[in-house]
Amino acid sequence: MTTFTVNGSAHRHDGDPEMPLLWYLRDLAGLTGTKYGCGAGLCGTCTVLVDGQAARACLLPVGQLGGRAITTIEGLSADGMHPVQVAWRELNVAQCGYCQAGQIMQAAALLAKAPRPSDADIDAAMSGNLCRCGTYPRIRAAILRAAEGAKS
Amino acid sequence: MNAHFGNDVANDIADEITTQIANLSLSRRGFLRGLAAGSFVLATGIRPAQAQEAKAPETKTQETKKYAGEAMSGGLRDDPRLFLTIADDGTVSLLCNRAEMGQGVRTSWAMVVADELEAELARLIVAQAPGDEARYGNQNTDGSRSMRHHFQALRRIGAAARRMLEEEAAARWNVPVAQVRAERHEVVHAASGRRLGFGALARGAAQRPVPAADALVFKTPAQFRYIGRDGIGLVDNLDITTGKAVYGADARIEGMVFAVVARPPVYGGKLKRYDASRAVRVPGVLQVVVIEPTPIPSAFQPLGGVAVIAENTYAAIKGRSLLDIEWDDGPNAGYDSARYRETLEAAAGQPGKVVRNNGDADAALARAARRVEATYYIPHLAQAPMEPPTATARVTADLCEVWCSVQAPEAIRSDLSKRFKLPLDKVVVHPLLLGGGFGRKSKPDFASEAAILSRAMNGRPVKLTFTREDDLQNGFLHTVSVERLQAGLDAQGRAQAWLHRTVAPTIQSIFMPGAKQEGAFELAMGAVDMPFAIPHVRVENPAAEAHTRLGWFRSVSNIPHAFAVQSFAAELAAAAGRDPKDYLLELLGADRVIDPAFMSDDWLYGEDPKRYAYDTARLRGVIERVAQEAGWGRSLPPGHGLGIAAHRSFVTYAAVVVEVAVGAGGKLTIPRVDIALDCGAVINPDRVRAQLEGAVIQGISLATVGEISFKAGRVEQSNFHNYPVTRIGAAPKQIHTHLVTPTGFDAPLGGVGEPGLPPVAPALANAIFAATGKRIRRLPIGEQLA
Repeated sequence: MTTFTVNGSAHRHDGDPEMPLLWYLRDLAGLTGTKYGCGAGLCGTCTVLVDGQAARACLLPVGQLGGRAITTIEGLSADGMHPVQVAWRELNVAQCGYCQAGQIMQAAALLAKAPRPSDADIDAAMSGNLCRCGTYPRIRAAILRAAEGAKS
Repeated sequence: MNAHFGNDVANDIADEITTQIANLSLSRRGFLRGLAAGSFVLATGIRPAQAQEAKAPETKTQETKKYAGEAMSGGLRDDPRLFLTIADDGTVSLLCNRAEMGQGVRTSWAMVVADELEAELARLIVAQAPGDEARYGNQNTDGSRSMRHHFQALRRIGAAARRMLEEEAAARWNVPVAQVRAERHEVVHAASGRRLGFGALARGAAQRPVPAADALVFKTPAQFRYIGRDGIGLVDNLDITTGKAVYGADARIEGMVFAVVARPPVYGGKLKRYDASRAVRVPGVLQVVVIEPTPIPSAFQPLGGVAVIAENTYAAIKGRSLLDIEWDDGPNAGYDSARYRETLEAAAGQPGKVVRNNGDADAALARAARRVEATYYIPHLAQAPMEPPTATARVTADLCEVWCSVQAPEAIRSDLSKRFKLPLDKVVVHPLLLGGGFGRKSKPDFASEAAILSRAMNGRPVKLTFTREDDLQNGFLHTVSVERLQAGLDAQGRAQAWLHRTVAPTIQSIFMPGAKQEGAFELAMGAVDMPFAIPHVRVENPAAEAHTRLGWFRSVSNIPHAFAVQSFAAELAAAAGRDPKDYLLELLGADRVIDPAFMSDDWLYGEDPKRYAYDTARLRGVIERVAQEAGWGRSLPPGHGLGIAAHRSFVTYAAVVVEVAVGAGGKLTIPRVDIALDCGAVINPDRVRAQLEGAVIQGISLATVGEISFKAGRVEQSNFHNYPVTRIGAAPKQIHTHLVTPTGFDAPLGGVGEPGLPPVAPALANAIFAATGKRIRRLPIGEQLA
């Protein structure tokens, strides 16, 4: 049995400890904001925060999460007003939007560490997050906007 | 009026939808009642049958041949009672009849309807129409058609409902309707200062007859508050940024189980034998089900295979990995894309079916002062939307329901109605948001698989997921092409002869046994509709046999045709010693409108030749605009180069300038891309720009790294490590989009979703040539610069 929290709520998993967090969230916990994209840590679509660090939920066996605090897109803010979420809306970043939960979680983790990221910081932090629609220019702009917003 | 569809019910439904859309939780009851019960009416009810009888006002001619939306299956509907609800509190609900896959259609449609209705966009919610073409008109979201076909119909929907509200207010106040007008969600009688909100008027307005189309008064562009305006927020922004948006993969149906399928790795293969004894021992695995294969050509039907159904997706995947399966690979077991390239090149070296012929290209080539020849190769590509195909189905004895992300819901209904021998109205398709489509999700094989498995599970809901590996290895791939071009130049370097042989398996091969020629729709994507003013032109299409399952990929055959034609134009410029932009404009020649018949274009994207014939001045316009904006001819640092390409597709004109930098070891970076678009009137500039930004990046992705290859009939790639997609660091640092100023909102609209893509790859290749002198004739560029 493994116990951990998701968005502040206690969770307990008695099933297969090898089950990736992604499928636990989506199929068992009903938290479908975290998306499947590759199952191999190649696309970043399933990015969540584990104790504040960005991580790929498709690679994290639930059995290894004992005592950890997981944050998903549903729990990034109570009201959708995290500076990254706000900037994403202000710049209409999303096209299909499917990868954006992962992008937003990755960007939130980046800004937590580097409040004023350079272009190179953004490239490094965001390079694991694919977007097939091609929203990268707006992702970059929104990260910079969020950094500005958080500063003021 | 039937009391069962009274105002309370309508408001109840509107409230429920408001809540559902706001929460975007898939409460079945609310969702089904709202979207499938046929209850969307203007405030009070009309029965669905009445709505269907309420024929769309025809504004078109009496000609027998139909074009555009009216020529599509199901036609084009503009009855406001089908699409609009106004609740007592004034909340307007709009049923969107096209799939949202990132093109922003839900937002753009809302803008148009809200504008003509004089509604506040903030008080309008968008719901998705269930699959039902008999009721709602054509729903197939592809071909860059959604706004192009529907703009005027959406205006009619908004304007008709506005008129009904105005008439209701005028009647209540006992004043002539000419004295009242709708303004920001109210109807106002200026003389008396009286005003009534839309909510208060809706009940009565809905009883009024829908005005005839020719009686409608539309707003003038100066009066538009949303149409053509920049900076309109996406209607789904809050849901997307908070994880509440419900995509096809996110459907949650009570009692559902989860499935993946092991499919034949070779197109046309069959199951020989299998052993599931280890798979069924995986905790959570419930059942293993064999899906029968569809004989090839298998159209949109399942490939067959072995399904593992489990309590969660992980157990299903794990169970599948433990299946022991032997396949009979069938007739395509030998498909090898490297060898097939040689086959295509050999075919391109021989005469083929003549598909366009002006003058005498052979004679002109023979007497040319100089002949130039080049052969281009464009490989298979996978659409690879970030959300792989996923569908949830529940099939009982008398009802089949499917929840999924789908571009063509009616195709699912039609397929499943036949499969289960159910009347069409017993097949209910709930379209959810698409996590990308790019053509893949116009093929509903995955919905059929989910339905087959639900039936096998005695009606239990089954969510069927394509893993990324499945998506790449059992998809509907973009074709593979060899394009061979020859030109004859005179002593001054002017092109006198043009011979293009296009060789590519046709998408028709998935429907027609033995189809080996490109269809009219493929040839008219940039091969025959070549606009250059060259006196002697011949286009040939040698035969090519398909060995895998093909399908549409964003912009389809425009990708290889534009890559070849626009690369070759730059090669001719180099041969003539001329500036590529100047030479391109010279090839284009004097401004003229080209009769499609002259180009043997039998398709013209389904549009009326009188409205949409090729206007070379518009292509010239985007070439000149993009060249000016990009600073064509500016001095560049060493290793940098500029390339230009232009292409019309989906009746829209696009031109691109790419700046590249090629560094040590051939390292390619793309500092800047400019793209100009002339799509006629621009309805939602922000989304048009977004589509162009996306097209540039997807174009760069396919040009630099995109390739699906085959060995022994099997796709060699399996996931994003070996089918890479451009990442943020490799995307251009700057993308500048330039929209040609609209000439008015009554002019024919062009497509937007696809036309940005085709010119990107040739502009990139041309820029590399400018920077390095190396000509790229094979995509992807990969390591060719090393």
